[in-house]
Amino acid sequence: MYEVIAFYTFSLLTIALFGVVVISKNALYSMSALAGGMIFIAGFFFMLEAEFLGVVQIIVYTGAVMALYAFGMMFFDTTKEVRERVHAQKVIYTLAILVAVCVVFIVSGPIVGQKMQALYPSIEGVGNIQMVGLLLFTKYLVVFELAAIMLLVAMISGILLVSDRMNLDLTLKDEDDKEREMI
Amino acid sequence: MEKYLYITLFAPLVGSLIAAFFAAKPKELYTGILTSALVGISFLSSIVLLNYVDADTILHVKMMDWISVGNLSIPFGFVVDQVSIIMMVTVTFVSTIVHIYSIGYMEHDKSFNRFFSYLSAFVFSMLILVMSDNFIGLFIGWEGVGLCSWMLIGFWYHKQSASWAANEAFIMNRIADLGMLMGLFLIYWEIGSFQYDIVFANILNLNINTVTWIGSFLFIGAMGKSAQFPFHTWLADAMEGPTPVSALIHAATMVTAGVYLIIRASDIYFLIPDVGYVIASLGAFVAVFAASMALVNRDLKRIIAYSTLSQLGYMFVAAGLGAYWIALFHLMTHAFFKSLLFLGAGNVMHAMNDELDIKKMGGLYQSMRATAILMTIASIALAGIYPFAGFFSKDKILEVAFNHEAYLLWFALFIGAGMTAFYSFRLVMMVFFGEQVHKRLGFHPHEARPFVIYALTPLALLSIVAGFLEYSFHAFVIDLLRDYKFTLDHSVGWMLIVATTAIALSGIAFAVYKYKRGGFGAGVESLGIYKLLVNQYYIPQFYNNAILKPFAAISTFFWKQIDLKIVDATVDLIGKMFYNAGGKTRQIQSGNLSSMLRWMVAGIAVMLVLAIILRPMV
Amino acid sequence: MIGLAHYLVLSGILFSIGLFGVMKRKNLLMLFFSTEILLNAVNIGFVAVGRFYGDMSGQIFAFFIIAVAASEVAVGLGLIVLWYKRTGSIDLDSLQMMKG
Repeated sequence: MYEVIAFYTFSLLTIALFGVVVISKNALYSMSALAGGMIFIAGFFFMLEAEFLGVVQIIVYTGAVMALYAFGMMFFDTTKEVRERVHAQKVIYTLAILVAVCVVFIVSGPIVGQKMQALYPSIEGVGNIQMVGLLLFTKYLVVFELAAIMLLVAMISGILLVSDRMNLDLTLKDEDDKEREMI
Repeated sequence: MEKYLYITLFAPLVGSLIAAFFAAKPKELYTGILTSALVGISFLSSIVLLNYVDADTILHVKMMDWISVGNLSIPFGFVVDQVSIIMMVTVTFVSTIVHIYSIGYMEHDKSFNRFFSYLSAFVFSMLILVMSDNFIGLFIGWEGVGLCSWMLIGFWYHKQSASWAANEAFIMNRIADLGMLMGLFLIYWEIGSFQYDIVFANILNLNINTVTWIGSFLFIGAMGKSAQFPFHTWLADAMEGPTPVSALIHAATMVTAGVYLIIRASDIYFLIPDVGYVIASLGAFVAVFAASMALVNRDLKRIIAYSTLSQLGYMFVAAGLGAYWIALFHLMTHAFFKSLLFLGAGNVMHAMNDELDIKKMGGLYQSMRATAILMTIASIALAGIYPFAGFFSKDKILEVAFNHEAYLLWFALFIGAGMTAFYSFRLVMMVFFGEQVHKRLGFHPHEARPFVIYALTPLALLSIVAGFLEYSFHAFVIDLLRDYKFTLDHSVGWMLIVATTAIALSGIAFAVYKYKRGGFGAGVESLGIYKLLVNQYYIPQFYNNAILKPFAAISTFFWKQIDLKIVDATVDLIGKMFYNAGGKTRQIQSGNLSSMLRWMVAGIAVMLVLAIILRPMV
Repeated sequence: MIGLAHYLVLSGILFSIGLFGVMKRKNLLMLFFSTEILLNAVNIGFVAVGRFYGDMSGQIFAFFIIAVAASEVAVGLGLIVLWYKRTGSIDLDSLQMMKG
């Protein structure tokens, strides 16, 4: 019973918050709403007995990603609204609703392959975090390592892209050199 | 011996290819000499083969596999037997002489080298035709000679009439070849092979109706190639080509291919005497029909062309009535004297600056003695006077007709013999004797060069003596071909000979008597029959009005209405549709990320809708 | 009770909201927000399926998706900042260099 109440509450809140994200004209509102939505999604993960993922969701998304966005926004003049000239709004609404209806129709239908075999069933008496660790360091070790490298690359590129050195246009370097020589 | 076979076959091809390299160059005398020499070598090696082949030994080689698909296996095989060796010797002999003659005849032509390339290519195709050991090889040669004939008739392609005549010949032959192809398909359908020996061994097992169809279809092909009625119009028009071509292709060799086909397929025609009788009747009809047109024509070469038609009719009578060896014999002797006649006519043409109207000649004997003698010999041989070659072969054909109790055919041929004698000597008289009209018109005829005359003498000799080869010829080919049994009484045979000779002599005498004194008056030209004959029985006009014009109208209709308005329009519509669609959809590529994302979502939506519509029903 | 279908429907709705945002917004930052929504919607689907079929793979997938999202944000934000420094705008319509 609690589960039902929790699901519907979380669902409504998430949809509402995400709706705010895509509709709001102010980037700060959007970002706050997104952060809230992420927390509620973590709530779904807890309901689905994926405690580790829920915690990761909160830490990574609401903590790290949102902080990153917040810092990123400091570069921009957020008070100055970006004037968005959106044309043919009807097309957008129609398409979005059509996709929603289709997806809902598809997933609410009976799932054909009922005899799905769990590839890595959760073991009795083993906690969720233990289980995730078990899989990550056995079956998905290589992927895990690759993801680590990817994050490293992303970090370096993120730092590099916003650094001052990037003001120097690589493609315009020759002209810059000339300017420097002239000075 | 295979070596000689390959030399015979490929020497002309080699000559043709070498000459072809110089086709676009100005005249090079050695191309003519080289091709003549190679064809001469071909002739010599076929003489060797002639000595080799006898009752027990025939040469049968398989050069290589050509088509082998499923059950169909067609090798490139050649056979040298009694029939094909006779054809080979005749063809290569006449070809050699025509090649040498052409060196003189084409002396001043700017496409000298090209001419020899074509001529040798023709010889090669003709040899393929006669030497092949299967119907497909024969058909390839058949088409090959048709192609060479087209190239040579239209040799002076810048002349409208020449290219028209070439196309006429080619198209007429294609129509008839359709019949031949049907015959070949029928043979393959029923027997499953194209090899002569297999086909002839199995033909007895077939239903007689099927054999009749096969025979009829093959004969349609033969009709086209040999210019029998109703396909005869192309032969007279083919005289637009250079005269050596007329001598070689349209007198001695290619047009006799139809007769050769009947002889080669004698095992088929032997089973269907009714078809044979139809062939003979058609032959007799053409013999008289063509001879009648030759009576009044004023064009030197056309007269000889009609005479060729008429003689082909004689051959078909013999072949149709089952006297295959006689048909082959007449084919051979005819090749000699008819090519001689044509080549002589070529000399006259040259002397008269390509003037062909015999009314403008006359009295050329003074200036062209040798040619006059040669052509007279050929004409006597054609008329069939003892001891010239035509006597032996033609008389035999008349005897066959009489022996077959086909008195109507015999009578037609008998009349034809009289006509032949008349028009031959009408030609000789009007060209070489009588009043010297040409002097009045300002021509200065001159005799051809000596080597040309010398080249013609072997033909003249053979026109005289070939008849005496009759018995050895008979003994030679009878190993392969069915003999023809004469049941006539000896005295009847003699009477026939006397009658035929009499009508031939009277035809000659009438012609000599009449044209010695200036020929017929102008009154004869106003006669209805004269007009009918001069206009070739109005058959060309009939073809023009009944076939060409409606066909042209239908073609125009299809071009204007169907092709332009439906086919082209459809194709254009498709093109325009894509072009317009491209123009419209080009706007998608605006480079704007937002609109691209919209298109992406639209794509997702379409796929989702499709996934729902096309989902498997549970 | 709440079944798999509930979660999947929710996932679908959130995904559609994300698509709507992607299409509608011209602010590049908003585009990134919408992308996050899309990724999270899919994550819910993965985890729900894994949970109802007793399979851990769903969670592992979601885990990697979070990793990918984090790197995407890092690189993407860097690029936006760069673009902003260049042009003084984060309007999508200013990105027209690919116009053919």
